[in-house]
Formats: sequence, structure tokens, C-alpha cells
Amino acid sequence: MARAHVQALALVDCNNFYVSCERIFRPDLARVPMVVLSNNDGCVVSRSNEAKALGVKMGQPWFECQPLAQAHGILAMSSNYALYADMSNRVMRILGEFSPNQEVYSIDESFVDLTGTPNLREVSYAMRERVRMWTGMPVCVGIGPTKTLAKLANHVAKKHPRSQGVFNYNALTDAQKAALLQRIPVSEVWGVGRKLTQRLLAHGVETVLDLREAHIPSLRAEFGVVMEKTQRELQETPCIQMEEVAADKQQIIASRSFGSMVTDLPVLKDALSTFVANACAKLRAQNSQAAVIQVFLQTNRFRKDLPQYSPSLAVPLPQPTHDTLVVNRWADALCERMFREGYQYKKAGVMLSELSPVTHQQGDWLEASPPGHSKLMQALDHLNARYGRGAVKVSTQGAYQGWQMRQERKSPNYTTDWDDVPVV
Amino acid sequence: MTTSAISLPQPVCVPETKLWLDMCAWTVRAGFPSPAADHTRKRIDLNEHLIRNKEATFIFRVKGDSMSGIGIYEGDELLVDRSIEAKHGNIVLAVLNDDFTVKRLYRRGGVVKLIAENPLYPPITLKDGEELLIWGVVTRNLHKLY
Repeated sequence: MARAHVQALALVDCNNFYVSCERIFRPDLARVPMVVLSNNDGCVVSRSNEAKALGVKMGQPWFECQPLAQAHGILAMSSNYALYADMSNRVMRILGEFSPNQEVYSIDESFVDLTGTPNLREVSYAMRERVRMWTGMPVCVGIGPTKTLAKLANHVAKKHPRSQGVFNYNALTDAQKAALLQRIPVSEVWGVGRKLTQRLLAHGVETVLDLREAHIPSLRAEFGVVMEKTQRELQETPCIQMEEVAADKQQIIASRSFGSMVTDLPVLKDALSTFVANACAKLRAQNSQAAVIQVFLQTNRFRKDLPQYSPSLAVPLPQPTHDTLVVNRWADALCERMFREGYQYKKAGVMLSELSPVTHQQGDWLEASPPGHSKLMQALDHLNARYGRGAVKVSTQGAYQGWQMRQERKSPNYTTDWDDVPVV
Repeated sequence: MTTSAISLPQPVCVPETKLWLDMCAWTVRAGFPSPAADHTRKRIDLNEHLIRNKEATFIFRVKGDSMSGIGIYEGDELLVDRSIEAKHGNIVLAVLNDDFTVKRLYRRGGVVKLIAENPLYPPITLKDGEELLIWGVVTRNLHKLY
């Protein structure tokens, strides 16, 4: 391997993102054990450290936590995607200033390419401190030569207080690397889920080191090419690009590099609409709907001679949807907002996240009203009378099918709604 | 606009909404058309003018009258910039005993105080064991006149 070209990829990950967003505007909750719940207040999707320590599990249904919650006074809040998307955009833009090559990976994670940066350690701490100071968001930074190792380094930064939120895998000796990888269970590797972990265990692969050193042909024969890529990434050979990231169930990504550079807004929009169509088709195929859309544009980071611009913007959808037309309108608006003349775009993409099953919400609605549309129209008229004409429109695109989403414990839209700005 | 539980399908992102005003290079004389009317220069972006760091700026609404002496009244909207290191004399949004408060920061000779701009409110001197956190520095007050 060409040592001269060792990449320094930083994965910056927000700590307990949703809970941290809520706490920024509620200093009284700084030490309160708390969780944020998914759509319809169903499951725990973010936990404060206190809630983790009390044994609340990620993804656990909230009703299951009731005894624990009552015994320890755990506070539960509904998801406030408007707030989370705005805080995410702020964090991502700040991180983007540290490198022309940034890839926003999810609402609370971003890869930042720091290859060639002198004083990597200082820059990492500066990055962490700037995000904390400017937004109040605590983040951890993991640095590695590949995305998989950067992810792993981030895990180390999170788990070990001594790292003070920054861990650089590249700074380790070979012996230290081996010792570290031996201490981490293979389940912590990016893309290795519960099922794969079981199968790997059956083959005697328990630690990350085991996976790195596994017999390559046998591994490929048993687990396929994706696992081989993961292994090579652990061996410090970069082979996972953005578009190859297998989206987890909570996130659908549709993105591609363009055949030739794109400079025009209409062409970008056209490409995005294709990505939206693909992503929404996937959504519908798995019978889910998304609550947040994120759009990103990228210039060609290998063309150092060209000006670089890689923006990303997330917004909450007014209602969770899987409707191509609705999502497309948003992708369009986001693209317009980010687009700048004078750049040659190499890649664009759409990310749909905060997915929830469709059937659940439609069921609630239908049960609550007799068949036919008359009741629905009455409800619309009532809402329009109450909230002003045009507050709710009949949409042929079904944008409002989830309007009764339960959000009983939602915080105000502190940063996106004039009527909701915090009072001091 | 009424706060409604139903949001309209419009992207919301407060800090980036541009507000254009014409900036003119001449003084206005009532009743006489200016011959310089064609020389309108570039338009002012109010966001750019008011917000020095949009990633770090947040909006808060004032409750109470403890700062009325410097023209900060109940219902006013404050722009709070987290990227500024608070100095002695700045108007700050502070967190004291888990609560937000807007005051003037006094920091001299090892003494830290939060000073109200209203004689009805005595200065708050930090007691032993009390923790003061500066959330951000207040950079602007948006006071409605109409």
C-alpha cells in the first residue's frame, strides 16, 4: 500500500443528537434522564447518558419503559424534526468549513476529509469546540484511513472519556492498532448488524481484529463481496464510497455521480427528481414513509484545480410521506436554495430518513371516521375555519395522510418558527 | 399568523430568507423627484446586516422588564450569537440555576455579576457553588414599532 497516500478521514458524530438538540433550549434538562421518541411516540430513538445508564435500550417501545421511567423520572419527548433538521444544517455547515471534501452521511454524522491537514489533533479539537460553542452540540471525532476505520475510531472516541471526544487511529503504531481492534467486538464494525455478527461468531470471528485477519477467500465465499470490502477497509485500503453505503432501515439514500460535470440548475433538479423517484419507490416497497429529507450536492473533490462546494440541507417534511411528487417539491426547493453558479457538480443525492410504517397511521385515520369523504371534508373545513383559509388543502398527492401523527410531547420549533422562539 | 398544529408544505429555514430593501445613495426630498433615481445600488440583505454568523445565531423572545433601561422590552426579539466570547459589559443570555436570563455581564477583578438595566432589579452576584453559563452574546434587539 502506498503509505504516502494514507487518508485522514474524520467521522464527526453528534452525541445523543435529538436529546442534545432539546437540551440546548432547555438548560433545566441538562441532568435529567431523558429520551426522544419516534413518530407517534412509539419507540426510543435517542437517549441521554443518564437514560442509557438506567438501562433504556435504543429502539425500545416506550410503553415497555414505563416502570423504569416512573421509578427514575425519565422524561420522554416527541421528535421535533424541524428543530433537528435546523440544528443538523448548522452543524454540517460548520464542519464543511474545515475541508472542501465533506460528505454528510446522516442527520447527525458527517465525514470530513482532513487528508494533508497539518496538526490533525489540534484541528480535530478545534472542530469539536467550534461546533459546541456555536451550536451547543457535543460531537465526537474519529479519524481513520478509511470510512470503516473512521467510524470505528469515532466509536472509541465516544466510549472512552480519556480521548476527550477525539480519537485518531492513524496515530497508532501497528501493535497499538492490533491491540485496540482485539478489544472491540466485531458487532461494532460499520455494516455488521446483529445477524451478520451471529454468522461471523459461528466462524470464529469475534473481534474486529479477527475480521481484519480472516482468510480472505473463505470470507468472500461465505459472506460475499461487501464483507470483503469491509475487511479491506479494516486493512486500511479505502474501498467504500458514499454511494456504496448500504442504507440502514432508518434511511434511504439515492445518489449517483454524473457522467459529466453539471453546471445548470435545471439539470441538477432533473437528476434529483430521478433520485427522488427511486428513493420513494424503495420507501413504498417497504411500506414506509419518511419524515425528513436531506439533499446534497458535490463538486469533484479530486479536481483540486476547480472551486469546491459540497452543500447539504435537511428539512422535516410537513407530514411523513412516501409520495414522489411531494418529496420532489421539497428536493427542488432544497436544490434551489443550495445551488450556486460557477461550480461544476459531480454528484448529487437525496436522503430520506426518520422512516415509519404507513399502515399504522392510515389505520388510525380510517378507524376514526366512517367511510367516504364527507367527514374528511368536514374536518378540513373545520381546520381551515380554525387556523385560517388554506391551512389545510385537499391534495391529490396524499401529502396529508399522516396529519394526525401523535406528537404529544413535542418541544416548540425554537429555531424555525417565529411564534415558537424561546422566551427568556 | 396563528400558530397551527398543521404546517404548510413550505420549506422553513428562518436564517436564510432574504429580505430585500433598496439602498439609495441620495437623500430624499419630499415633493421633488430625484434625478438620481436611476442610480440604485445593490440591495441590502437584512439577514447579512443583522446576523454576523448565521450558524451560531439564535432568536429569543424577551419576557419581563429587567432590561427596559436600555430599550429591551417584553416581547422584543433578541439575536443571540454563540460564537462571540462574552466580555465585561456585553449583554448576554446567561443560564443561572438552570434558567435563561438576559443581563449585562460584569466581570472585573474576579467578581462576576449579572446586572439588570432597571433599578427595580438588584444586580445578581454569583454565590459560592452557583454556576453561571453564558449561552451567547446578545447582538441585536428587534423591537416592533408598528
